[in-house]
Amino acid sequence: MSLPKPAMRGLLAKRLRFHLPIAFGLSIIAAVAFKFTVTEPRKQAYADFYKHYDSMKEFSAMREAGVFESVRPTGK
Amino acid sequence: MLATRVFRLVGNRTLSTSICLRGGHGVAKVEDYTLPAYFDRRESPLPDIKFVQQLSPEQKSLKEKEKGSWAALSKEEKIALYRISFKESFAEMDKGTGEWKSVVAGIFFFIGFTGLVVLWQRKYVYGDVPHTFDAEYKQKEVQRMLDMRINPVEGFSAKWDYENNAWKK
Repeated sequence: MSLPKPAMRGLLAKRLRFHLPIAFGLSIIAAVAFKFTVTEPRKQAYADFYKHYDSMKEFSAMREAGVFESVRPTGK
Repeated sequence: MLATRVFRLVGNRTLSTSICLRGGHGVAKVEDYTLPAYFDRRESPLPDIKFVQQLSPEQKSLKEKEKGSWAALSKEEKIALYRISFKESFAEMDKGTGEWKSVVAGIFFFIGFTGLVVLWQRKYVYGDVPHTFDAEYKQKEVQRMLDMRINPVEGFSAKWDYENNAWKK
């Protein structure tokens, strides 16, 4: 009945040594994954949209549809 | 002295249950819950009292034998001595009860019951929805959103094909 003496000290340090690198690693991976799956495509989508954007054409189309209050459609 | 005079005023019934007045005239009745209790708990392995308080004659003779050399005790006698002092072993007290099955069953039952209540409410309690939910109104609403170019980059209007006047494939 002679059991080995259990670890009495440094229990939190041992746990942190194991879990902190994993925590940091997973967080960094999550951030990098978000950047390359969400923010970069979104920036590209906006860039592509405004590359060939004709604001006057869009404005005229909206005006004819009658959504503005400051300018009426050209008909009246 | 003042206290005893107060107790006399209160009445005779309280005297028998009150604490000691003078010279052991009234002694408190010992309630069960005030005595040390036995319970099986992992975090306090040695309870205050033994499990079996009134020993049968065999148990009494076993206790006498325990006073001698323990090597003379047989395995059954050692186990009998253990069972006198303790109700359940650690393995028995740690065993799961299967109570979680009843709990989960109760959870599902009450969720189902709540579903029935919600259905009844929809039929008998709620009034009509506003006119803004009508089909023609919704159609005009969508058309106006497309005219205003709501979210043209990645959202609503981005999915509409303005050339062909249809949703993008």
